[in-house]
Amino acid sequence: MANLIEIKEVSKIYRRDSIETPVLTGINLSVGNGEFLALMGPSGSGKTTLLNLIAGIDKPTDGEIIVGGTDIARLSESALAKWRSSNIGFIFQFYNLIPVLTAFENVELPLLLTKLSKQERKQHVEAALNIVGLAERMNYYPKQLSGGQEQRVAIARAIVTDPLILIADEPTGDLDKNSAEEIMTLMQRLNSEFKKTIVLVTHDAHTASRAKTLRHLEKGDLLPADGQAA
Amino acid sequence: MKVLKLIFKNSFRHKLRTFLTILGIGVAVMAFGLLRTVVNAFGSGVRASSADRLVTRDAVTFINPLPLSYFNQIKQVPGVKQVTYMNWFGGTYIDQQHFFARYAVDPNTFFSVYPEYEIGKKAFAEFQSQPNSCIVGSALAQRYNFKAGDVITINGDIYPGTWEFQVAGIYKPEFKSTDAMSMFLNWNYLNEEVKQTFPGRADEVGWYVEQIANGANPGEVSKEIDALFANSPAETKTESERQFQQGFLASVGAIISAMNYVSFVIVGIIMLVLANTMIMSARERTREYAVLKAIGFSGRHLVGMILGESLLVSLLGGILGIFLTYPLVNSFASFSNFLGAELSVQSITLITAFTAVVFVGIAAAIFPIQRAMNTRIADGIRFVG
Repeated sequence: MANLIEIKEVSKIYRRDSIETPVLTGINLSVGNGEFLALMGPSGSGKTTLLNLIAGIDKPTDGEIIVGGTDIARLSESALAKWRSSNIGFIFQFYNLIPVLTAFENVELPLLLTKLSKQERKQHVEAALNIVGLAERMNYYPKQLSGGQEQRVAIARAIVTDPLILIADEPTGDLDKNSAEEIMTLMQRLNSEFKKTIVLVTHDAHTASRAKTLRHLEKGDLLPADGQAA
Repeated sequence: MKVLKLIFKNSFRHKLRTFLTILGIGVAVMAFGLLRTVVNAFGSGVRASSADRLVTRDAVTFINPLPLSYFNQIKQVPGVKQVTYMNWFGGTYIDQQHFFARYAVDPNTFFSVYPEYEIGKKAFAEFQSQPNSCIVGSALAQRYNFKAGDVITINGDIYPGTWEFQVAGIYKPEFKSTDAMSMFLNWNYLNEEVKQTFPGRADEVGWYVEQIANGANPGEVSKEIDALFANSPAETKTESERQFQQGFLASVGAIISAMNYVSFVIVGIIMLVLANTMIMSARERTREYAVLKAIGFSGRHLVGMILGESLLVSLLGGILGIFLTYPLVNSFASFSNFLGAELSVQSITLITAFTAVVFVGIAAAIFPIQRAMNTRIADGIRFVG
């Protein structure tokens, strides 16, 4: 399996005034194309920071992050925004749908940045909503949907541009058990059937068990599969 | 779905708050419109003044009269084409609320020096021949439904007694800026009456108005007129009609300045009302802006959305305010009889109000834009408002 994501000696230090807080230290990680990786760890272990770095919404203090051959740590903010729009699909814990837009309009949002025609956008949105099983509720507003349905709309928004990687930050953290199962089944399907590379962060072992690969973070260090610091 | 639709939907996300903001802006713009209209009305005399007319008044104050005998002397000054004279008549029509300007004018010369007051030949002839006749402006006639033959009763104050004047005709203003709310009565009639009741005040003129010949130097003509009466009991001060009007305005300058200041304070209030709404709105949407940035929306997109929302609300408020200004000004004019002038909303007031709301729309968006741009995506996504 060719590596899609290469993380080399990545460190992240947050600075506020004169106080420096190291969050990640010397992280090395490779994620293959079509991989489904779960990152686990306690609060403050740096798992969300690592996810943000892979997604290009934060920049490392040191090291390289190469995604699909591009060192995203060296891209400008505007280039990074453009890169994210075509390469990354985001799934958040609290769905983060726009409440004044319908499910259809929420899913259509990322496509407004493309050159697709209205008709083409409609086809893409309907296809994405079909995959997540919500085509019949495309005209519903978020407040008219259950938590699980909202997260499915958020997943449809994440996949509508057919990105290389899906980034999921605690995707089941706000859901009941049944809804969480449905979401993880859907994500497994996106990985196996649609060959999406998925990097997921969770603190829930059951959710993490649905991934193909599991890695632990602790105090900013990435532990190897056997649980020892790398 | 287009970004414009998103702007519109976002603007009305909190319908009551947006409605109250629009209403607040509307009321403020309406107050701004009324104040600017009143300030403009104060300046209408200056704008209507003619460049080829001079005004000669008593050197100390225009309240002091000048002798009628100056008329023939002023006529002889080189550069003076024609001269007329007039007195402020004052008095009360019905009560103090029904104020309009009343002047006693020389029936033979006044309408030649002031051709912008257009009257028909028949009315002019009657005004000259009928001692107690008067001419009224078209706006005044419309307000009180005056027509030729009607008798207008005035209770005198400067000239005590009950005065009855018969309307000989109605003048029409030549220009939009020309006053159409005045009443002109026959000076000769007034003078004859004064001779009988207050002989000591007969043959007194309030001020003279000279029309100067083409090419004459107004400054030189003024000096020559004043030189004629230097060291006399009634020295004169001659100045252009514009300066004369400005001098009158200076006496109420503090009021005008206050109204000017207040009108622009209102613009500040509009900005605070809108800025408050925009800041609340942007704060509530910190996480949404972060999500939009995460999925690829650039800073330019966010600026467009926030600015668009701010401008939409400010423009809706501005349009509402402009529409409300008209009935407010009409209502104010009908009950206040402000200065006896015809109050009307000028184009410059509308343009200023529109410019102000656009400026406010842009200014109110600055802080929310700054906040949206400076918030890191990772922080914004975790934001709990």
